[in-house]
Amino acid sequence: MFESPTRRPLITGKTSYSQITEDIIKPIEAKPTKWWYLGFTVSLAALGLWLLSVTYLLFTGVGVWGLNKTVDWGWDITNFVWWVGIGHAGTLISAVLLLFRQKWRTAVNRSAEAMTIFAVICAGSYPLLHAGRPWLIYWVFPLPNTYGSLWSNFNSPLLWDVFAISTYLTVSLVFWYVGLIPDLATIRDRAVGLRKKIYSLMSFGWNGSAKGWQRFESVSLILAGLSTPLVLSVHTIVSFDFATSIIPGWHTTIFPPYFVAGAVFSGFAMVQTLLIIMRKSMRLEHYITLNHIDVMNKIILVTGSIVGSAYITEFFIAWYSAFPYEQYAFVNRAFGPYWWAYWTMMTCNVITPQLFWSRKLRRSLTASFIISIFVNIGMWFERFVIIVTSLHRDYLPSSWLMYSPSWVEICMYIGSLGLFFTLFFLFAKFLPVIAVAEVKSIYKTSSEEEIVKTATQEGVNLQEAHAHTNGSY
Amino acid sequence: MTKKYILGLFRDEVPLLHAVHELRKEGNKIHEVYTPFPVHGLDEALGYKRSRLPRAGFLFGCLGGTLGLSMQAWMLGVDWPMNIGGKPALAWVDFVPVTFELTVLITALGMVATYLVASEFIPGNEPKIPDPRISSDVFCIAIPAEDASSSVGSRLRELGAEVQEKEVEL
Repeated sequence: MFESPTRRPLITGKTSYSQITEDIIKPIEAKPTKWWYLGFTVSLAALGLWLLSVTYLLFTGVGVWGLNKTVDWGWDITNFVWWVGIGHAGTLISAVLLLFRQKWRTAVNRSAEAMTIFAVICAGSYPLLHAGRPWLIYWVFPLPNTYGSLWSNFNSPLLWDVFAISTYLTVSLVFWYVGLIPDLATIRDRAVGLRKKIYSLMSFGWNGSAKGWQRFESVSLILAGLSTPLVLSVHTIVSFDFATSIIPGWHTTIFPPYFVAGAVFSGFAMVQTLLIIMRKSMRLEHYITLNHIDVMNKIILVTGSIVGSAYITEFFIAWYSAFPYEQYAFVNRAFGPYWWAYWTMMTCNVITPQLFWSRKLRRSLTASFIISIFVNIGMWFERFVIIVTSLHRDYLPSSWLMYSPSWVEICMYIGSLGLFFTLFFLFAKFLPVIAVAEVKSIYKTSSEEEIVKTATQEGVNLQEAHAHTNGSY
Repeated sequence: MTKKYILGLFRDEVPLLHAVHELRKEGNKIHEVYTPFPVHGLDEALGYKRSRLPRAGFLFGCLGGTLGLSMQAWMLGVDWPMNIGGKPALAWVDFVPVTFELTVLITALGMVATYLVASEFIPGNEPKIPDPRISSDVFCIAIPAEDASSSVGSRLRELGAEVQEKEVEL
């Protein structure tokens, strides 16, 4: 079974099935490292800030934000769209790449899916709190009530969003958990005492039978097939929140594909940021290799270029429309009082990803890490630019206003990062961060160990076989 | 209820697949095969029919789509039609996003529920496994001792397995 040497190995170093189990399950059984405690403490502190600011918000009202009558969406919706976008890479990796049979996804899908779920939780908190009285949020659902019954307004894109985000969270969670069951059973079968009890409860009696695996693969495939259009629909519907309105700068038909590409772009940047830290701190270099970093950087390059062309297209169409309000909205974006936000977005999203045309930078951890942070910042500014610059200059100059966030909004943003990272650190401690069973299923075809072994058996020069595996061709 | 099984333990999926083919050709009855990850072609080698779960998924999808669309049409078109600038109450194009989301939601939840029930995966269920290593690096063929011919043990050894006889519930 000598695979074509054009494919680089996805699992490097000396490995075996039991070694893979050991490498990935061990951190769950061992005491966390100093770095884990440090990261977890910082995240908890930020989460504390979130609780504090949200409590203050709930007792006082949304008036504590910096919003005004003209700019009535600010950091809240910016952060909502930013977090939802980040979530999209997880589903893309686990669903779309499963359908395309991309083997490299097995090393990164588990943590990317976890990231999706945590990001969507952070995203959901914003519209929930923006509602003002979150304890009445059930009013958005079509429940029988004493007003008639007066039902929810299904003509509104905001209600579509409620359904899209809640479906997205539920389906991602279910998909993630179905994939986790076999790995939880692996932990169970190694554990004793309380840990065995807990993981027994969580692994549902999984037994690894041929019939069980057959059903598992069938369910995974269908869930992947469902998640693929779902992930496209979610950001499409998020973009409808803007595109179906009549605000110049929002009312554009390019929004759905432009938002989806932007979401994948920012999501992969966040995956990259997290994985570079994780592979180092949890010693997973054999599983998350430079080849993985390389392919993800290629996706960042492609989606970044789509986003860049969308920015330029928007500008062109605004000019071509010959509609003065639309034209003004775009000139104001680039040269108005928020010019710095616009040019930060352009620099981070259009220029920095183009650096990935260089193979050397794609395979450099430092460069990948820095560029991924730049993309995260750029994509945050994209949402800020779309929302605030389109709103702050209304049709009547008498209602022109500026917007800047209050301390509550800033604390809530830092706090939501705290919520995200707290959940992620807990995940990294208690659940397998790499899909153990899935990595084993590509072991025969994609590990350095096996590639070299089969090559030697088939009489290929050993040195040549090794040369194939170090990625130097 | 425990039963006596002859277990053939393998360290690799290639000899395992070969052994399953050979044993079945020789007319041995295999109770089940346990592996740490999905082994390609194992279900065909064991003669398992294709899973009917996708069909369940399709039915749940039809249910979700119908429910989603008819719910919106009934609420806004029949139960409380509203005059919004003279526009039609039954604006079906507006119902597409929610119909789509509900189709996906009900298909996913329904199919996963069917999967868990069909596989008897219930939180806290005791696992019925022949050996705890099957979730790490051991591949196991379980043959019921009562149906097995006396030569099955030596045949398994010939095919590369380590053989055990065990009283387990599978």
